[in-house]
Amino acid sequence: MTGYLAVLIFLLVGTGIVLFTFFLSRLIRPFNTYPEKSINYECAEDPIGTSWFQFNNRFYIFALIFVIFDVEVIFLFPWAVAYGQLGLYALVEMVIFILILFFGLYYAWKKGVLKWV
Amino acid sequence: MLEMIISSSVQVVVVILVVLFGCAYSTWLERKVLGHLQHRMGPTFAGPFGLLQPVSDGLKLIFKEDIVPDSVERLTYTLAPIVSFVPALLTFAVIPYSAEFSFFGLEFKGVISDLNIGVLWVFAVTSLGVYGIILAGWSSGSKYSLMGGLRSSAQMISYELSYGLSIVGVIIFANTFSMTELVAKQASDSILFFENWYILKQPLGFLLYLTCAIAETNRAPFDLPEAESELVGGYHTEYSSMRFSTFFIGEYANMLAVACVGATIFLGGWNGPFFLSFVPAVVWFLIKVFLFMFFYIWLRATFPRFRYDQLMRFGWLVLFPLAILNILVTGLFVLL
Repeated sequence: MTGYLAVLIFLLVGTGIVLFTFFLSRLIRPFNTYPEKSINYECAEDPIGTSWFQFNNRFYIFALIFVIFDVEVIFLFPWAVAYGQLGLYALVEMVIFILILFFGLYYAWKKGVLKWV
Repeated sequence: MLEMIISSSVQVVVVILVVLFGCAYSTWLERKVLGHLQHRMGPTFAGPFGLLQPVSDGLKLIFKEDIVPDSVERLTYTLAPIVSFVPALLTFAVIPYSAEFSFFGLEFKGVISDLNIGVLWVFAVTSLGVYGIILAGWSSGSKYSLMGGLRSSAQMISYELSYGLSIVGVIIFANTFSMTELVAKQASDSILFFENWYILKQPLGFLLYLTCAIAETNRAPFDLPEAESELVGGYHTEYSSMRFSTFFIGEYANMLAVACVGATIFLGGWNGPFFLSFVPAVVWFLIKVFLFMFFYIWLRATFPRFRYDQLMRFGWLVLFPLAILNILVTGLFVLL
């Protein structure tokens, strides 16, 4: 556990440095706000509508596919680290597992989900 | 116990300072190298060879007014720079930079924390950086920021798969997740100093790692999130002053982190040639990291930006199948 203690110290010092620089710049920077300054940047035009607009739902689809394959990666890591003791059986099993998931990727590709136009 | 805490605290502070210094001078290196590659001089005015330029940039950013637009969500807006910077820094906690050494009677291990899940730690922490970017894009309340944040997160999660998979081949060879053991394995029973480096056993894995690392850190030619010609500044359009520079330092810290991880996993870490053993190990490590950084800057000067659909197609239909193929071929090779 001592290894994680050092990581915890690292986390605290790292966060502390960021907060310290924020605090330091708060002490010395100028404050001069007026309404025009606190409008959103939109190429010098007044912003039209809210900025939380509808966006392309492909971003969601990519996120979903990512979750599926990220789970595959999670399974691959322990498989790889124990591979020396597992042998041929593990390789065959992993090939089958990957093939099933690749079939899914092929399906998504044929459906046109991975195309971005 | 207390001695352990003192020695690791000293080490933590020194490493963080070195990383921040490295980030600052990466900006100098980038501008200087880019300048010379384009037949310009780069920064020359502040100090000899423009060496004081990062100092003056930092001072300027601290003295800038912090403009917060009215439409932001305050909590997430404040949190986002910290969330994107701290994970980039945390990667350095498991990177072995030197052999064991003692300094003023304190024993140092040459690594802040030798976690037995070092490689997993690196990937877990690196992927946390996405949260900072999507929070920044969402909470800024600006259309450019939201577009930049969405693009960036979609890109990062797409390339994260191949980024993780590119290492699996090395893990199959090494049977360990610990970074120090990876370094030790690359140095053991070597007659020449480099023939056990994993770059020679995993050339495809190394190329995949290099490509995905550039995409993960949002660098050119994969720098669509910041595509300044179309999205102004991407997810940090509405940030100014220290908050902006925290994003900026975080980006460079990320670059340094992937360079350090690449040097450790593929290029033998801090091991150098045995006939030059009087040179400290940390120097060899820094040389390898410098090579990575120089390569990044060189790429930026050479390649135009990808188009977004090309980028996604390249990630999913080229890099990802290649990474899987690399793993299966490696597995077969180890069996035979």
